[in-house]
Parts: sequence; C-alpha cells; structure tokens
Amino acid sequence: MIEVKNIKKAFGDKTVIQDVSSVMKAGQCNLIIGSSGSGKTVLMKCMVGLFDPDQGDVLYSGQNFTTMKGKEKTEIRKEIGMLFQGSALFDSQTVEQNVMFPLSMFTKDSYRKKLDRVNEVLARVNLVDANKKFPSELSGGMKKRVALARAIVLNPKYLFCDEPNSGLDPQTSLVIDKLIQEITIEYNITTVVNTHDMNSVMEIGNYILYMYKGNKEWEGNNKEIIFSKNQRLNDFIFASEFLRDAKDMRMLEETGKISNERDMDALLDKDAPTLVPPPDEDK
Amino acid sequence: MTIFSDIGRYLLMIKGMFSRPENARMYWKEFIHQCTEIGFGSLGIVAIISVFIGAVSTIQTAYQLVSPLIPPSTIAQIVRDTVVLEFAPTLVCIVLAGVAGSRIASELGNMRVSEQIDALEIMGINTKTYLILPKIVAALLMIPLLVAIAMALGIWGGRMAGVASGIISGSVFDKGLLEFFVPFNVIFALIKSYVFAFIISSIPAFYGYYVKGGALEIGRASTKAVVVSCILILFADYILSALLLPT
Repeated sequence: MIEVKNIKKAFGDKTVIQDVSSVMKAGQCNLIIGSSGSGKTVLMKCMVGLFDPDQGDVLYSGQNFTTMKGKEKTEIRKEIGMLFQGSALFDSQTVEQNVMFPLSMFTKDSYRKKLDRVNEVLARVNLVDANKKFPSELSGGMKKRVALARAIVLNPKYLFCDEPNSGLDPQTSLVIDKLIQEITIEYNITTVVNTHDMNSVMEIGNYILYMYKGNKEWEGNNKEIIFSKNQRLNDFIFASEFLRDAKDMRMLEETGKISNERDMDALLDKDAPTLVPPPDEDK
Repeated sequence: MTIFSDIGRYLLMIKGMFSRPENARMYWKEFIHQCTEIGFGSLGIVAIISVFIGAVSTIQTAYQLVSPLIPPSTIAQIVRDTVVLEFAPTLVCIVLAGVAGSRIASELGNMRVSEQIDALEIMGINTKTYLILPKIVAALLMIPLLVAIAMALGIWGGRMAGVASGIISGSVFDKGLLEFFVPFNVIFALIKSYVFAFIISSIPAFYGYYVKGGALEIGRASTKAVVVSCILILFADYILSALLLPT
C-alpha cells in the first residue's frame, strides 16, 4: 500500500501540486488521471523520489519514504519498478541485457540463473525471440513490453507506469493494459498508472484519482466515474462525443429503458441508405 | 548568478560521485568500457595529429634557424621541447575535448532526455557514481597515456620529416634529442595531462547530466561543454606553467 499525505510541490513561483492525499492499495490498479499539465507526472515523480516534495509525506507500507536517507531509500527503491512514457531502455544494450541489468546490479546469481529469469519475464510479457534485438529494432508496443519486463524482473512490490499507452494504437494499448492488470493481480503489486487514456480508465481503473490544476478533484473507481456529477471530471472524460453517447447508453441500461442483452443485429436498420454506392454491374 | 549556481551544482555533482558502488563488478565493466571508448576511440586522431605536428615543427624550426652558427641538432631540441611541453599535452587535450568531451556530453544528455538516468535512479542506483565516476577515472588513466603516445609520435614525426626533406640527418636528430634534456619537462607534461583529463571528462559530464529539453538542447550542451573545456584547458595551462616552470 502507498499513502500520499498532503503532498505539495512548486517550481519557483508556480505551484504544481497543492495538498494532495491518497491511499493506493495493493493488488489493484490505481490510476492518476487528468489533462496535460494537471500535475499527475509531478505527483508520480514525488512518489518515486525523483522530485522531493516541498511538503507532505509518501509512505510505502507505512514507512515514510520522504524522510528516509541514502541506504534506506535505496532499499525501498529496489522494491519499485517503473515503466516510463518513452520506455527508457538503454540504447546500447540488447533486450536481454536491458532486462538482465537490475539482476546483474542487485543479485549475485549466476549468468544461467539470470538468463532463465529474463526469459521467464519476457515470456510473461509475451515477448519471445527478441532477446538479441536492440531497442532501435523494436516497435513502440514491444519497447513498452521490454520496459515492463525490466520493471518486474526483481519482483517489485510497487509498479509505477507513466502513460503506458502513449504513442500506441488502441489494440496494443489494450494488450499493455491487460498485461499491467494481470501482473498486478498475479504478483499482488501496488500499481500506480498515470494516464489520460479513457479506455485504460474503464478497463483497469480499480481506483481512480482525478487531478485538476494540481488538486485532487475526485476519487473513485471505474464503475462510479461514469456517473459522477463532478462537472470538471465530466468535461474531461466526456470530451469526445463517442463517450457521451456511450454514457447515455449506459444510463439507459441502468434505468432499464433498454436491455443490457439487446441484439445488436436487430438494432441495425438494414434498409437504411448506405454511404457507399453499390457497384454498377453493367460496367 | 548563473555561473555561481553552475559552479555550485558542478561541485555537488563531484561530491555526489563518491558513494559505495552497488555492485563492484558492474562498475568495473563500465570503467573498462569507458577506457575503451576514451582511449582506443581517440587513438587514431591523436596519432595523426601528433605525427603531423612533429613534422611541421621540424620544418618550421629549420626555416627560422637561418644562422650557420646554430648547430642543426638544435632543431631536434626545439622540436622535442615544444612537443613535450605544449603540443602533446595541450593540443592533444583540446582535440580530445572535442572528441571524447562531446561524446560524454551527448551520451549523458541523451540518457537524461530519454529518462534512462531516471530509470537508473528508480532502480536505486547512484547515477553520478555509476555514470560519471567511471568516465572521469577512465579519462585520468587513458588521457596521460595518449599524451605519452603523442609525445613519442610527435618526435618521431619530426625526425621523419627532417630526414625526408634533408633538413637534418637521423643521427644528428637523435643526438640533439639527448642534449640538454630536462626530465622534469615530461613530468610537467604529465601533470598537465592529468589536470586536462579531469576537465575533459567532468565538464562535459556536468553539461550532459543536467541537460533539460530535447535533441536541440543535447547539441547545445555538447557544444557548450567543448567550448568551456577548451577555455578551461588553456586557463589551466597558463596557471600550471606559471606555477610549475622555473622562470
């Protein structure tokens, strides 16, 4: 479990995070959402110690990470895995070397044992036959999976994912989301995901923290978010017309006005004019 | 004010480098990698520059020594002392500031911008110790070696040019090399090369490590690192000469 207590962070005169508190539980995906510039990345960087908060505390399983010094902090960091927005793979190393790096740095295992573990985690993220490839030879989705493999190779207790779906197509995004969710449950990890992808929110949001201009604006889960009455949150999640329609449909389902088990084929109007003209068979 | 804050951050960076390595074997591997990059990676350019500088020194010295009263072996003495005292340590280090310095700044800058340094920090690795210290130690080992090679190649280049152009015979040149030889000159050159090696590695490391922005900023940091290193090398050259050479 990670507890964030009254975190405040400013850069010069600009306050980016204003008194944010939250509790993120183990074995579930905790999402921090918000529009660009709302402070979600800064909050995550304060949580992992890349930024020192001006005020407040971050507690990992009750231990105050903010007040820790050198060695203690390093011990907690060994229990943290992080998936970066740009994957942050080491350019000069192969996939195998990238994933093996934390093992080589922090364990005294034999090469054989380390290689077995690397192959195990690469298989877990559905990446086979890529061991000898360099990051420049991988697609965006593959890079994210390698980064995820590297993040979980030391069996972390806490997993942080900074915009894991940025730059990925919806299908690959879904694969990454599912993977993060499965790994979270499988290893009982406290996962914190920073995103503004609404598909991720609906798919894996066990706990959602909505940030607005550096403040905690709303918290809840993926079942509650769609019916929230918070205007700022609604403006954010229903920015697209498609999602507004989806919400209306859900409302109709919830109020029993339409059936949840409706037959989609029957709903299609087969006589409706098509935008594509039929092929001219005379030609 | 920026200059004072930069000096402060630079000193903090140097202080931050001295921590216990998480895994000595990984640090040793990184150190060997840096020795290869800085030492062998720059050997070719150092060899070419040294040979030609020695050759040009011989021809230009002979051109200026027009008096028949001055023995030809003086050419060898002048070439030896200019190569050992100035050309090998200073000129080679200025070139190395461009070759190795820009590589260090752009490598660290790219790692910073692509969040690779953050990834190492999250793992619990002291990035200053792991990324900067091996570069500085490798430079302190390899650059004096390169300077020593440059001294030998510069003198050899001078001899070769002298013999090839008929300015001086090989035996006279060799005799001149041994005349009035001051061993302290070599020690002085090596002291300079240690100081320059520290500048060449730590200044670009500072600019690369603290870069902010994107590809454009990496280029700017790299250029700034080379310019500042060159100025500091020349400044240190003057200070060391004033302090260590008896005048």
